[in-house]
Amino acid sequence: MISENIESYLKEHEHKGLLRFITCGSVDDGKSTLIGRLLFESKLLFEDQLAAIEADSKKYGTQGSEMDFALLVDGLAAEREQGITIDVAYRFFSTDKRKFIVADTPGHEQYTRNMVTGASTADAAILMVDARYGILTQTRRHSFLMSLIGIRHLVVAINKMDLVDYARERFEAIVEEYREFARQLGLTDITFIPMSALKGDNVIEHGHHMPWYHGPTLMAYLETVAVDDQRHQQAPFRLPVQWVNRPDLDFRGFAGHIASGRVRPGDAIRVQPSGKASTVSRIYTFDGDLDEAVAGQSVTLLLDDEIDISRGDVISGADSPAQTADQFETTLVWMHEQPLLPGRPYQMKLGTQTVTATVSDIKYQINVNTLEHAAAKQLELNGIAVCTLSLSRPVAFDPYREVPDTGGFILIDRMTHNTVGAGMLHFALRRSQNIHRQPVDVDKPARALAKGQKPAVLWFTGLSGAGKSTIANLVEKKLHAGGRHTYLLDGDNVRHGLNRDLGFTNADRVENIRRVGEVARLMVDAGLIVLTAFISPFRSERQMASDLVEADEFLEIFIDTPLDVAEDRDPKGLYRKARRGELKNFTGIDSAYEAPEAPDLHIRTTEMSSDEAAETIIELLRERRLID
Amino acid sequence: MTTLTHLQRLEAESIQIMREVVAETDNPVMLYSVGKDSAVMLHLARKAFAPGPPPFPLLHVDTRWKFRAMYAFRDQVARETGMELLVHINPEGIEKDINPFTHGSAIHTDVMKTEGLKQALDQYGFDAAFGGARRDEEKSRAKERIFSFRTAQHRWDPKNQRPELWKLYNTRRHKGESIRVFPLSNWTELDIWQYIYLQDIPIVPLYYAAERPVVERDGTLIMVDDERMPLEPGEVPMMRKVRFRTLGCYPLTGAIESEADTLPAIIQEMLLTRTSERQGRVIDHDSAASMEKKKAEGYF
Repeated sequence: MISENIESYLKEHEHKGLLRFITCGSVDDGKSTLIGRLLFESKLLFEDQLAAIEADSKKYGTQGSEMDFALLVDGLAAEREQGITIDVAYRFFSTDKRKFIVADTPGHEQYTRNMVTGASTADAAILMVDARYGILTQTRRHSFLMSLIGIRHLVVAINKMDLVDYARERFEAIVEEYREFARQLGLTDITFIPMSALKGDNVIEHGHHMPWYHGPTLMAYLETVAVDDQRHQQAPFRLPVQWVNRPDLDFRGFAGHIASGRVRPGDAIRVQPSGKASTVSRIYTFDGDLDEAVAGQSVTLLLDDEIDISRGDVISGADSPAQTADQFETTLVWMHEQPLLPGRPYQMKLGTQTVTATVSDIKYQINVNTLEHAAAKQLELNGIAVCTLSLSRPVAFDPYREVPDTGGFILIDRMTHNTVGAGMLHFALRRSQNIHRQPVDVDKPARALAKGQKPAVLWFTGLSGAGKSTIANLVEKKLHAGGRHTYLLDGDNVRHGLNRDLGFTNADRVENIRRVGEVARLMVDAGLIVLTAFISPFRSERQMASDLVEADEFLEIFIDTPLDVAEDRDPKGLYRKARRGELKNFTGIDSAYEAPEAPDLHIRTTEMSSDEAAETIIELLRERRLID
Repeated sequence: MTTLTHLQRLEAESIQIMREVVAETDNPVMLYSVGKDSAVMLHLARKAFAPGPPPFPLLHVDTRWKFRAMYAFRDQVARETGMELLVHINPEGIEKDINPFTHGSAIHTDVMKTEGLKQALDQYGFDAAFGGARRDEEKSRAKERIFSFRTAQHRWDPKNQRPELWKLYNTRRHKGESIRVFPLSNWTELDIWQYIYLQDIPIVPLYYAAERPVVERDGTLIMVDDERMPLEPGEVPMMRKVRFRTLGCYPLTGAIESEADTLPAIIQEMLLTRTSERQGRVIDHDSAASMEKKKAEGYF
């Protein structure tokens, strides 16, 4: 058709689809031969390339006088000798029905990182099995990685059938063994093809060696297997906003690549994580407005309302918006020589959002060869583990299995800027699960106005027995007498209720203060003047509590009583117990107190009475115009 | 169910890449070589940022030896897109009158293209540069990343490139580092032509067959584009119906005899004539300089 009617050829090729696939296998199982043959058969090789291969075949080929297809793709061997990192090579060929992009990963020691990278963009995978050896450890390993990355369509190419006399029994035995194993991994859509990449059987044509095989040839499979874009179109609508397009005051578009679903003008949408709602007014493209756009397209949306949207936000269909959360269970693949350390902050890129992320806990590491779970304190290059991930702020997401583009992420080292890890979000943990931030019309200023006051947190810190509760209590009485709406959060009282599950280890102290900080924030939001009386020994946690509210709403009040004085007073007898060793982790005795460096108020209790202290605090509130 | 065609998917990917660069870098630029790949890249950029023009300038690293038709086309494109066009010529090259005839293709390319590009990137402080290279052009490019990092000295460190998963590109860079970004990585030569045809993208007329003055040297047809071309004894330019499959410096770019004077005819010829496109470039035949080596030195 090319030579007779190029126009109709072009017309036909205009409607071709695209399939991306990955080939898994190691050096000797015929992977390069297979890819070489696919390139050759698709007739997209040029004469100069063929001439070069023919010459090379005579020189280095392993196939005698026959052409060695493997040489077409084995440009990598020399580079490996030079020590160049080859993770994935991409090759291209096409037929009348589809264009193909093949991710080819060399099967050497970096297989995990490379395969995960190559598979992340693939719709399907071809797993090469040598008919002589059947299912090997590496077959299991590759299968696990494919299931991990969520490859839906898998071809098990049982190759080198020519070396087992094209025996049907051999093929069926391997199929049975593999099915048994695949069940454990949850792989379902598997096609088995007996093949000889070298001789060409069942690659493009069936050939005459295996009349007992009635399934598709590899090429027939590749030309018809479903691509992921179609599956993603059926999921709810998601558009991670890449860039806000404001060429002039009259145009405000939200540009991005549609991760899933479909959208039409008039559709109700919700913006995450803010939760704001609007309606799509136009789907703008350079070629004119669209009536509908689907997963896989890059578009620009215009909305009916002037709501605040920026890069990193996710526009969702209003009926099933993305979840927002800041703690997740994930599977993490480590990709760098520098090991993963729990507790160390990394930059996380999820869709178009970038946040700080910390692995708070490695639940278990997975052995890629045996699939066994083992405890781990850190994760080395090519290690895979199920982890708990905590973020600096909530992000919009979907479970990776449902929408890969809003559930797959990379971790970036903050110092070297290297991409050090890749992961998949499974689900949100605890409090953050399924919570959509509800935008409310009655806001903090409105509530404060109704009470006729400015909300604030008076954060008292100091040693046990320093006088925090006593002074805070006096301050609250004075405020209350003046008609102020207040609440006193006291260390002992909170530990009897909200925080009764916490002890006094450093980790529990951190959590104790985190919760109190959050409660104080809610109360400030409600318009209250909040007083907190906690030892709160660590600067970083007091900072965290301070960061939760506006800068002018937080007053740090240091109740400074020297240790010997506090120990002498010992109103609850705690110091005596601690000195006897009956009380562990007691602040000032065997646990540190980090005094504030620049408190808003420094009360030295050895120099003034509790009443005077309370009056000084009231004076400060007047100075800061928090009260009249 | 809507099935996107392969060109729609490639287009969406390229646009996503370009927007990512604009969102995450401070001072991007598009390297514009005036060839067909540049034409497609520029067209995609206009799509990515419409209705406004792309928010970055075009940079042409000029060698002074491009075809005259390329200069005319370049200036016309700049006018029509409303984009700023920066042209850089290595001043050292002008001073020493570097040219492919006296100095050979290797030195000419090194001084005018490689050094010229580095100078321009330094001079304007660009931290990201779009290039039109494709993975299918050559075996060694098959493994090239879409985002390729260069040190402050513009060196490509093949041992320190970042894995690219899903559509996530890590654009973080240290001070002085820059990124070369290849939004056409996954396009093939056929895709480029088909897209030009479907989208009616203007290209330099040299791609179409026409009667042109050429001389034959070492089996390659070289067009006598201006009077600077020194003719060897006995050489007389002859008129032949020729066209170019790739465009570079005219003394370094071989023409092919062809009747293809429409886009379908060009595509037809490409599909039937089985010689890969880089063969027309003299640079690849220069034995001392493999593509890999050039890349490490900062050639695009």
